[in-house]
Amino acid sequence: MKRVYVNEQWCLGCHLCEYNCAFANSGETDMVKALKGKPIYPRIRVDGDEKINFAVSCRHCTDPICVKSCISGALSIQDGVISIDQSKCVGCLTCVLVCPYGALSPNGDGVMQKCELCLQNSCGEPACVKGCPNRAIVYEER
Amino acid sequence: MKQYVILGNGVAAVGCIEGIRREDKESAITVVSKEPYAVYGRPLISYYLEGKTDLERMKYRPDDFYEKNGCTVLYGKSAVKLDTENQQVFLDDGTSLPYDELCVATGSSPFVPPFEGLETVKNQYPFMTLDDALALEKAVTPSSRVLIIGAGLIGLKCAEGLAERVGEITVCDLAGHVLSSILDETCAGIVAETLEAHGIRLMLGDSVTCFDGQTALMKSGSTVEFDVLVLAVGVRANTALVKDAGGKTERGILIDQKMETSLPHVYAAGDCTQGDELLSGQKRVLALLPNAYMQGQCAGINMAGGKDVFDKAIAMNAIGFFGLHLMTAGCCFPKEEGGETHEEHIPGGVKRLFTRNGFLTGFMLIGATDRAGIYTAMIRDQIPLDTVDFELLQKTASLCAFSAENRRKKLGGVV
Repeated sequence: MKRVYVNEQWCLGCHLCEYNCAFANSGETDMVKALKGKPIYPRIRVDGDEKINFAVSCRHCTDPICVKSCISGALSIQDGVISIDQSKCVGCLTCVLVCPYGALSPNGDGVMQKCELCLQNSCGEPACVKGCPNRAIVYEER
Repeated sequence: MKQYVILGNGVAAVGCIEGIRREDKESAITVVSKEPYAVYGRPLISYYLEGKTDLERMKYRPDDFYEKNGCTVLYGKSAVKLDTENQQVFLDDGTSLPYDELCVATGSSPFVPPFEGLETVKNQYPFMTLDDALALEKAVTPSSRVLIIGAGLIGLKCAEGLAERVGEITVCDLAGHVLSSILDETCAGIVAETLEAHGIRLMLGDSVTCFDGQTALMKSGSTVEFDVLVLAVGVRANTALVKDAGGKTERGILIDQKMETSLPHVYAAGDCTQGDELLSGQKRVLALLPNAYMQGQCAGINMAGGKDVFDKAIAMNAIGFFGLHLMTAGCCFPKEEGGETHEEHIPGGVKRLFTRNGFLTGFMLIGATDRAGIYTAMIRDQIPLDTVDFELLQKTASLCAFSAENRRKKLGGVV
């Protein structure tokens, strides 16, 4: 299945993916309206130091420990895609405790969020990939 | 075709069902469920009282879960006797179920010490099951005075759940600090402050000498008047079935890394078990939801003829009170055994990493929980500290601390 991969040697650390992610998942049609003056909660995060940058989002593990550890059954895996039913999440953070990639984070409303490959939003394909200026983030089969 | 029987219908049972179905899509699975409900997230009962979830959303799996997985669930029944010679299990309704492979996932039960005068208390409840939560919900009014015995995870989550629904809450515990099984005194102090700021009265280092109706006489000499009593002293693994059948048990049902008990064709998973703990090398009861699932899944795969081991069990808890989040994992080994503590000062919180012999063995985090799973994975996977930038990790949980090669594997391939 296709996943989001980052080639860190090409990542500029520009954080555009974070904004594109937050916008794609905002439900808004206007980027300014969606993001301006608000704290953003992207599901992809650029990490790095002076030498190297890379973006991290859910790896969609084949045997996901977050799904096994979720106390409410909010996290599930379907056809390889791990998604969260935020209505069931109680914000206990057990998924944060177990995810080896740091790929789950609070959404600002007390529940958790994660990359769902933009399959559930209007973008239809990963917005982080689509908007990456250096094509450091790709969406492909590996 | 095999006949699988699972005793218990909690998260370990779900793991077991899903494990079996990885290997065997055909054979029938029978689940014996003492509680009259489809599987629900047991730790959610406090969130239910708090109003953060409801009965519908507490369902741990979709409504068609059992049907889709070819399971027959016998609700309101429990196993009373195990006959390993003839591979059958007797239920409390007098019937018996034959099995080829059995998984005991019977969980644990509240442990109630013999308090003097406990029988004079009319409104007393444990806090383990959905029915306990529903009964407690019925019993309390906005003016109720609630006394909770036990300042562990169960007692304190119960207190949080009830905080907005009752008049006053007192929590007492024999231990000198809250959450004594997972926190040290300083960290516990931060949690205690938060609880007290939300109106919960703590009586620590104190216990009930005797009850007289709605009065508890404390060891310290003080008395507590209450309307509702919650008993959250502790839990004990339900081992009787296996023990009575001649299986090896200690504080839990002893299992190996394949989740096999000492009895043939009998596996066990979840809170009723005592299995290998990764860091200590000892067999421990680790009654935690993630471990229950993983044990169940491992048992299921092996029951169905596959090969799996679960050898990464560690203690780990993510828990929050009134917005204060804390996480603990692994062990803190004493200095004499080579244990070291690395503490990072953060405003309003605590960040402590524990190491031993060049490996991360545990942590205690309050307020700084972002990406803590990076630490947890380092413990579970036994990543040597000389292969990472530990100085950076002490400050922040970041994949930057790993080598480019390691990151290429993590972020550039299927994991």
